[in-house]
Amino acid sequence: MDTSFAPEDLAFRDEVRAFFAEAYDAELQARLNNLETFRDAVIDWQKRLYKQGWIAPGWPKEYGGTGWNATQKFIYETERTAAGIRDVIPFGLNMVGPVIYQFGNEEQKERFLPRILQSEDWWCQGYSEPGAGSDLASLKTRAVREGDEYIVTGAKIWTSYAQYADWIFCLVRTNSDGKKQEGISFLLIDMKSPGIKVNPIVSIDGHYSLNEVEFNDVRVPVANLIGEQDKGWTYAKALLAHERTAIAGVADSKRTLAQTREFAAREVNGGKSLLSDPLFQKRLSDIEIELMALEFTELRVLASVASGGAPGAESSLLKIKGTEMQQAVQELKMEVAAYYQGVLPNELTPEQLGHDFGSQARQSYMYGRASTIYGGSNEVQKNVIAKAVLGL
Amino acid sequence: MNFEFTEEQGMLRDSVARFIQDSYAFDTRCKIAASDEAMSRDNWQTLAELGWLSVPFAEEHGGFGGSPVDTMVVMEEFGKGLVLEPYLATVLLFGGLLQRGGTVEQQAELIPRIIEGGCLGAFAYLERQSRYELADIKTTASAQGDSFVLNGEKVVVFNGASADQLIVSARTRGEQSDRDGITLLLVPADAAGIERSSYRLMDGQLVANILFQDVQVPAADVVGEQHAGFDLMHEVVTAANIALAAEALGIMGQLNAKTLEYTKTRKQFGVAIGSFQALQHRMVDTFMAYEQTKSLLYRAVCELDGGGDDVAACVHALKVMVDRSGRKIFGEAIQLHGGMGITDELDIGHYAKRLMMINTTFGNGDYHQAQFSQLRYSA
Repeated sequence: MDTSFAPEDLAFRDEVRAFFAEAYDAELQARLNNLETFRDAVIDWQKRLYKQGWIAPGWPKEYGGTGWNATQKFIYETERTAAGIRDVIPFGLNMVGPVIYQFGNEEQKERFLPRILQSEDWWCQGYSEPGAGSDLASLKTRAVREGDEYIVTGAKIWTSYAQYADWIFCLVRTNSDGKKQEGISFLLIDMKSPGIKVNPIVSIDGHYSLNEVEFNDVRVPVANLIGEQDKGWTYAKALLAHERTAIAGVADSKRTLAQTREFAAREVNGGKSLLSDPLFQKRLSDIEIELMALEFTELRVLASVASGGAPGAESSLLKIKGTEMQQAVQELKMEVAAYYQGVLPNELTPEQLGHDFGSQARQSYMYGRASTIYGGSNEVQKNVIAKAVLGL
Repeated sequence: MNFEFTEEQGMLRDSVARFIQDSYAFDTRCKIAASDEAMSRDNWQTLAELGWLSVPFAEEHGGFGGSPVDTMVVMEEFGKGLVLEPYLATVLLFGGLLQRGGTVEQQAELIPRIIEGGCLGAFAYLERQSRYELADIKTTASAQGDSFVLNGEKVVVFNGASADQLIVSARTRGEQSDRDGITLLLVPADAAGIERSSYRLMDGQLVANILFQDVQVPAADVVGEQHAGFDLMHEVVTAANIALAAEALGIMGQLNAKTLEYTKTRKQFGVAIGSFQALQHRMVDTFMAYEQTKSLLYRAVCELDGGGDDVAACVHALKVMVDRSGRKIFGEAIQLHGGMGITDELDIGHYAKRLMMINTTFGNGDYHQAQFSQLRYSA
């Protein structure tokens, strides 16, 4: 049992730090923080990562991955979040990409993977439906085969960034006989196809990133089917375990916790620093202690994956605890802002307003309510653990 | 980065587990608890023969030269069996103080005897008023020529009734709660002026209050530096807290496993109660509490083993986690066992009571959370 870093690991850490310091510059950060320029700035940032060769640490080397070991991946993630650098948009790089290189045919790999790596295509995820949330397999969007095409009819919902997307990967029903998991197929659909309509959904934080995507007799070439027809559930499930591991966001929570501590230190509460208030310290340390444990739980999962295991039901544990901690720290950070948590986005400078983080903290808290719902609600994750780990 | 145990550690774990399985069935354990000394001297000899009393000691004294990870392995298995023999008191506390702070002579004389099972020890640190503050000491040791004269009282001394040798924390200068001015003294338990009153704790231990009246202690029997005993005992207690957390983890694992098994077999309303989602989700909660505790234990033990600079915070965090997870886990274990859960006949309550005693030893969760906050958040 040993968690110390070897000299070559420390050298790697310095290399990562130096790259981030240079490449994630102030001009880029300003564009990322502006909704008008957000999309192009994300693509710009991801292209810089691509040039560096670091765009897909999770991919096998033959498809464009980095070939890093588990420790290097851990160091990269730790440095990324410590520097406050946003993760890549996951839908292409972390979700559909791995499905394509694992289950797609050669032609699909050649056609899609390079464009995903180079951020030429923006992908979105078509899983949830208005009638199928955590019970994903009950989905009803139909794809009926006609010659060399599928005709797709139905609707997907909670689709993040569909308004920017070039492509959507969808779970569709191709067969209604037998078990509901067995008639699902995995289709790649061009968002420019006639019959697709994107309807915006404004979320509880006042922002617009979510959508409903309608499919009205959309024609999709059979060449866009991944693997075999009716076997899509298997491919989707492989992806879900990875998704849950990624959702835990331990390093991000640590960063938010550190900010919360800083903000509390400068906040005056009855003549003293809020950070010195024992009740506040209790809440802060409750979270910090749980995160210290969760960080090692994540390492234990990573280590078991590195030695050949797959993230299985433990990824459900990470998802549950990780999202609970995200919400706890978002709530605490917001409460440090007191009245200013209520401020809506406005034109005032922080100097004019008298405050600099309340509005953003509230928005994170509000949107953060989604984390215990998406990726399979936490209650569903508990069902998964009860069945797969406890054998109940 | 790896979380694997070495082959040697795997063998150590297997052999302790085999001992628990063969010699520490629950009814045997109850008989040992009810015996005069609340432990078995035969078992103690077996522990010595199997080499487990030597685990943390240096090889030069005949020890195994083990790391904190080795101690963790032993203690986790002991937890599963609710072992009563005074491993914590004799090997980890008394022995730990000698190993880290004893003179060459003290080490050469006593450590081999501990290892062969011929010396039982105790660390007498607690006083009526001290609660969780190691430095809150009224007992005095005043220098007189080449000796000290020890006066005062220590309470709830683990293994205090059976110990052959004691290490006693006493004030040699300063005010009642000062960290400076504490001296640790090695005292034979049968020295003139010592009076012991023994009694039992809820977890089966026999402990003692020990009165010291003008007990003469030669200056050669100071353990560590005069006046500077606090750092030494703090260091030993820090390592002991990790060992206790390992014992607690062993107990939590047993409680979860036994509860899970019970809910799969116990039928109500025509079905196994484990089929109810209300119960399933609670068992998932206790499973997660167990895993989180294990993670923090590993974090703390790696930090201690690797000589990291965050040991203190890790141990405070671990004690908080053990307290919270322990209460949750034994609470659910009792509740899910229904009426049987509150009987003395079932082992569940005995696991619970040992967890409660572990929680209060060297500071409960609230105490350590305050210490953690002090360390992390005071400017």
